Amino acid sequence: MRTVPVVRNILEANQRLAEENRKVFRDAGLFVINLMSGPGAGKTSLLERTIDGLRGQVRIGVIEGDIQSTYDADRISQKGAQVVQLNTGGACHLDGNMIKSALEPLDLERLDLLVVENVGNLVCPAEFNLGEDMKVMILSVAEGDDKPLKYPLMFQTSAVLLINKVDLLPYVDCDVKVMRERALQLNGDLTIFEVSCRTGQGLEAWFQWLREQVAMRKAKGDGAKA
Amino acid sequence: MHEMSIAQSLLNIILQEGATHQIRRVVSVALKVGELSSVVPESLRFCFELIAQGTIVEGAELQIERVPVTCRCEDCGTQFSVEHLLFVCPSCHSRRVEVLSGRELNIQSLEAE
Ligand SMILES: Nc1nc2c(ncn2[C@@H]2O[C@H](COP(=O)(O)OP(=O)(O)O)[C@@H](O)[C@H]2O)c(=O)[nH]1
Ligand SMILES: [Mg+2]
Ligand SMILES: [Zn+2]
Repeated sequence: MRTVPVVRNILEANQRLAEENRKVFRDAGLFVINLMSGPGAGKTSLLERTIDGLRGQVRIGVIEGDIQSTYDADRISQKGAQVVQLNTGGACHLDGNMIKSALEPLDLERLDLLVVENVGNLVCPAEFNLGEDMKVMILSVAEGDDKPLKYPLMFQTSAVLLINKVDLLPYVDCDVKVMRERALQLNGDLTIFEVSCRTGQGLEAWFQWLREQVAMRKAKGDGAKA
Repeated sequence: MHEMSIAQSLLNIILQEGATHQIRRVVSVALKVGELSSVVPESLRFCFELIAQGTIVEGAELQIERVPVTCRCEDCGTQFSVEHLLFVCPSCHSRRVEVLSGRELNIQSLEAE
């Protein structure tokens, strides 16, 4: 019997693929977001709103990750954006390899912003880098203000938190101040937007943030922070 | 359940190392898993046992060491361990903190024949 030292990151293969993707994105001058949330928090609704809100200003492409169906990709396609549907066939998250395989049909040179809608799940997607610039997460007020405590990794690794469905606040027991505070205790650098994809409330601030990020990416070339 | 993909990645690494070091049988595998990582040790063990069948690592034990979450304050430099998921500097109460440990998902060594 002998001990063989093997110090390696278990997810190194995914990490390598994510870096390859990142290089492709940088070469195309693209700003890339990994959009994550639990099922039904409003990822596709936010994308529909964002495509409309930034029409003529930011060219948006979408990779739709779902366990099954092309329903979300059809919704995005109706908005006139480039979209690719990825079906994970059971897997609860997207990984670098799936993203790499999804890039081929996209004309990246004609995009400014690429959003990957990850599989609806507050746990697993946070562990797998895709090559994105930033992780953006959505939590809806209907899910409750205790969620930051239960899914720390996602809050810890995200750059932006969108608190969605604020139109429902009169009907649910959710204290947005508490939700914000709990999220900020996990990650003081979080940029937080309170929005409703139903009424449009708060979305202009999110659109403006996106315009700035896209402009910074163009200005910096490939020097921007990962 | 992403433990299955993590188990698969782990198995791939072990089989590679097994070939490099001419290992006939792996008896145990030492891992470091950060407290902040979303991996549930029990479910990783379960998945790994399943996919290791018929390989040099069949029946091997996964020895999982949990790594506590520690941070460094970007304002005053204090290093502290995170308790109750409070990523806030205990000295100056700044929330600008850098995570130093707790996200590990590493293989450390193999006990092998
Ligand atoms: N009341 C309300 N409902 C919303 C809002 N945003 C999304 N929804 C609804 O929530 C459901 C799930 O939204 P969807 O965008 O498909 O979520 P996804 O699973 O994260 O992509 C749909 O029925 C949406 O109409 C919102 O701001 N307010
Ligand atoms: Mg969706
Ligand atoms: Zn401090």
